Amino acid sequence: MANIWSMIADPNMQWIFLGCTLLGLSSGVIGSFSYLRKQSLMGDTLAHAALPGICIAFMLTGIKSIGLFLIGAGLAGLIATFGIGYITRHTKLKQDAAMGIVLSSFFGLGIVLLTVIQHGNYGNQAGLDKFLFGQAASMIGSDVITMSIVCIVLLSICTLLFKQFKLISFDPGFARGLGYPVAALEQLMMLLMVVAVVAGIQAVGVVLVAALLITPAVSARYWTNKLSLMVILSGIFGAASGAVGTLFSASVSNLPTGPVTVLAATLMFGISILFGPQRGIVAKRLMRQRAKRRFAVQREISIHDNTKKEAAL
Amino acid sequence: MSLTKALSKPAGSTAAPSPLSVNGLTVAYQKKPVLRGVTFEINEGELIGVIGPNGAGKSTLMKAALGLIPSIGGEVLVYGKPYKEQRKLIGYVPQRESVDWDFPTNALDVVMMGRYGHLGWFRRPGAKEKAIALECLSKVGMADFADRQISQLSGGQQQRVFLARALAQDAKLYFMDEPFAGVDAATEKAIITLLQELKRQGKTVVVVHHDLATVQDYFDSVLLLNVELQAYGPTEQVFTQERLQQTYGGRLAFLDRSFQVPAADSGKGV
Ligand SMILES: Nc1ncnc2c1ncn2[C@@H]1O[C@H](COP(=O)(O)OP(=O)(O)OP(=O)(O)O)[C@@H](O)[C@H]1O
Ligand SMILES: [Mg+2]
Repeated sequence: MANIWSMIADPNMQWIFLGCTLLGLSSGVIGSFSYLRKQSLMGDTLAHAALPGICIAFMLTGIKSIGLFLIGAGLAGLIATFGIGYITRHTKLKQDAAMGIVLSSFFGLGIVLLTVIQHGNYGNQAGLDKFLFGQAASMIGSDVITMSIVCIVLLSICTLLFKQFKLISFDPGFARGLGYPVAALEQLMMLLMVVAVVAGIQAVGVVLVAALLITPAVSARYWTNKLSLMVILSGIFGAASGAVGTLFSASVSNLPTGPVTVLAATLMFGISILFGPQRGIVAKRLMRQRAKRRFAVQREISIHDNTKKEAAL
Repeated sequence: MSLTKALSKPAGSTAAPSPLSVNGLTVAYQKKPVLRGVTFEINEGELIGVIGPNGAGKSTLMKAALGLIPSIGGEVLVYGKPYKEQRKLIGYVPQRESVDWDFPTNALDVVMMGRYGHLGWFRRPGAKEKAIALECLSKVGMADFADRQISQLSGGQQQRVFLARALAQDAKLYFMDEPFAGVDAATEKAIITLLQELKRQGKTVVVVHHDLATVQDYFDSVLLLNVELQAYGPTEQVFTQERLQQTYGGRLAFLDRSFQVPAADSGKGV
């Protein structure tokens, strides 16, 4: 406990904490849309595909910077999407199988490259292995600033284009009929997903970063039937997970951020699935019981009435 | 009904461009065209039924006319201009199965989507849009369901919500893909009353329809389609047993029966 307090007093740590909270917030927001468009698995694929992109970017330049990694990961993500498209078009495989193939082969390549980097003479390599499971505490000031800017841009776009994103997620055909550039907007959403994933890689790690896209959104869906509220809630859940993950991992030596963040998100998911109004397990059971009781009472009354009538006769 | 038809349509306004003129439209998803060289021009202020067997390309015709899918040939003009410039004039009711009804939104919100085309890119729908949406919902008899999550609506109610959304678009030319599919008699009546109301306001409505028994009652003109255009024109001229046989090909037994029904009915009516 004392650890946490001393950490909160450290200004560098405060920045990292803020950055991770922002990251959780923006992942939760963009994740809501990908969940509703049934693209959640795509986020995971993009995250795993990012690893070789990041490694190659590092091998080419020898510099560790989020900006460069964004480009590398973005290109890798692009190739991965094309790969998935190619496989679904030219084979009998469905999209989920195609994603599985692309995800695992890109990730395998990434691990090989990572090993090459660690055994080669890239002077600056310490820390690249942290990209697997994330280590928020290892981030330096410029990383945090880049990550925060990326998150703020992402949030602004989602706010400005909320109407369009909503319509495209619900009824893309109608959106096209209204003249919205649906394909371009879908590409934009995909790009934002890549951006969220890459921004989060250093803090949360490639293996688990997609959980920040998926879990808060799924949890938020349990609490509301209104999209705007769902997006906000999902953002809050994501932010809380990011905050908890950073705090705990920084206070225990060598505990990676990713797993703690994901566990925090999963805990919120557990609470949501149990206690969400209407959709939650408890609420559903209560509703059913209440209905049963009401029905039983009504029947009793009617039996009572009938016997009275009979008595009167 | 024939009375309103006569009143509402001042014949021969040849100067104004047709609400929809399709010229040589050809569409293919894969190699084989599912629409081939379709050419027709509709009159303003009519209810037009699009009739043809399953897979004839009726939905495809609508989607191509709306620019939702690319064509490989031909041209579509809406009020004399390419549809791209006329989007605000077109309203669309897709087949109900085309969306995920478990989406977190309510009936009112879906209807408000019909107003998005009238808002700028970044403007949010406000009080005015809400009022319009509510009005459209009550026109289809769904005002009481405004706050209802859409997955908790019955199929017929969902259909009405889609219809209300199209009304909210405030278009001049409407495309409706099977609005009568899977609705009960009361809802069918409500929908046809609404279509006639639209017609009275001078709007043009193109409807994909499967129930041959009601075609003569509902539509001013009929478009018979089976990959190629089989016939187009006023219902009484085009909706003949011979033309239907040609459109539906081999499935005659079914056809004979359903065709007898309206003939007998309208005989009694007159
Ligand atoms: N997305 C698609 N990809 C490939 N082929 C398609 C696609 N959509 C439709 N088709 C084919 O195009 C043809 C016309 O389909 P369309 O949906 O227009 O028929 P329809 O007349 O609306 O039929 P229904 O009465 O069953 O609604 C069919 O043979 C169908 O198999
Ligand atoms: Mg169809």
